Amino acid sequence: MKILNEREKYLKNERRKKIIVILCRIAIVVVFVALWELAANTGLIDSFFFSSPSRIVKIITDLSRQNLFYHIFVTLKECVKAFVISTAIGFLVAVALWWSDALRKILDPYVVILNALPKIALGPLIIIWVGSGERAIVTMGVLICVVVTVINVLTGFLATENEKIFLLRSLGASKFQILTKLVLPSSTADFVSALKVNIGLAWVGTIMGEYLVSGAGLGYLIIYGGAVFNLDLVMASTVLLCLLAGGMYFAVSLIEKIVVKK
Amino acid sequence: MDLLEIKNIDLKYQTPEGETHAVEGLNMTVKEGEFVAVVGPSGCGKTTLLSIIAGLIKPSGGKVFISGKEVDDVSPRIGYMLQKDQLFEWRNVEANVMLGLEIKKIKTPQNVAYAKLLIEKYGLKDFMRSFPRNLSGGMRQRAALIRTLAFKPDILLLDEPFSALDFQTRLSVCDDVYRIIKSENKTSVLVTHDVSEAVSMADRVYVLTKRPATVKSVFEIKIDKPTPLEKREDKDFSYWFNRIRREIPT
Repeated sequence: MKILNEREKYLKNERRKKIIVILCRIAIVVVFVALWELAANTGLIDSFFFSSPSRIVKIITDLSRQNLFYHIFVTLKECVKAFVISTAIGFLVAVALWWSDALRKILDPYVVILNALPKIALGPLIIIWVGSGERAIVTMGVLICVVVTVINVLTGFLATENEKIFLLRSLGASKFQILTKLVLPSSTADFVSALKVNIGLAWVGTIMGEYLVSGAGLGYLIIYGGAVFNLDLVMASTVLLCLLAGGMYFAVSLIEKIVVKK
Repeated sequence: MDLLEIKNIDLKYQTPEGETHAVEGLNMTVKEGEFVAVVGPSGCGKTTLLSIIAGLIKPSGGKVFISGKEVDDVSPRIGYMLQKDQLFEWRNVEANVMLGLEIKKIKTPQNVAYAKLLIEKYGLKDFMRSFPRNLSGGMRQRAALIRTLAFKPDILLLDEPFSALDFQTRLSVCDDVYRIIKSENKTSVLVTHDVSEAVSMADRVYVLTKRPATVKSVFEIKIDKPTPLEKREDKDFSYWFNRIRREIPT
């Protein structure tokens, strides 16, 4: 009986800790927003420069009657495209580099340099090569994501236990069988964590791209808002970006839960 | 006729640091149904020898024959058991057992039925849907053995298959594996650094020299008991144990 009580106590305690964490998380947002609003209303900060929660809400409702959803849609589409394309290319390149030791050795310095290169420096070239608009933005996103994807996915592949590869070889497995039966399933967790990194980078790439060249999208609204000193617009777009990025991250976490059992 | 014949095997392997002469002029034979153990000082190339028999490493000289046929590639007649069970964590016991059949592309209904029969016969039926992390060390090793038996190899190569287990588990798993191997009537080559394990399981024990490894002496173990545990309890056990232990170069 005593053991059961201790167990109950423990569970209750754990539950309480969980609730406290969630409450604290909510409290941070509420306090932050409240202080911000208060500071703006009392004139402690100039709401022309720093905006305020109520002004952000107002501009979002105003914009949502106009073309806000179009802007969100444009950015989201670019981001998802960059994410999907860079993941696919990165995955295939990683497979190729895993497959051929020689290729991996030869290309190693190039991967390092490409990883270190600030891809934004390629902006002007991208515009000239693929033209302005969505293609340039997606290309920018892909460039920013793809090298990191290659590195992360390849690291997962190479972490495959040698003894397990040996076992498959003793069964007479081909290289393709080693890839599909062992390397891919054993690196699922690494792949999903690469996806998570990629989402953040896809957003960086998309917004960078929109800064460089765009006629629509949240990045465009931020640049436009900054240019005409409408900082409410800048803040509102930033808040929306936060929500979208969080949502996409959450979606991948959900996929992770399904794919990586336990 | 000998099922397995190893003739004058020589192996040098190259690394940037230099050339290593691992095996030199090694001869060995294994009869059908026989259990042979190979012992020797650590690092003498016992594992290398198994890789050569399995056709995973090409020797620099000499040949390996199975039923008189030369081994020149990964041999389909051989089942290899490694130090750890190497079960795949993302597959349940049943799927793990089917691995060999899948890789060899012989997952026919008959073979699947045979594999399931083995699972049932050796007490893993209730754990067929369990994942390896929920199995004890002994059960995991049994699952690994069934995975190896499922594709009906003629020769089992055992590379210190119990060394990852703690001592108590090791004795019982050793007994367990031996029983299964005998009841399936498989020819086996066990590589181990544990002399007591070799004496308790094998019909014959090969003692290897230091690198480059070659056969120093061969012992025919005569302890008339059916299982490793009973052999360990036999009065002759320590005689064989000491005789072989003294033979191993230090």
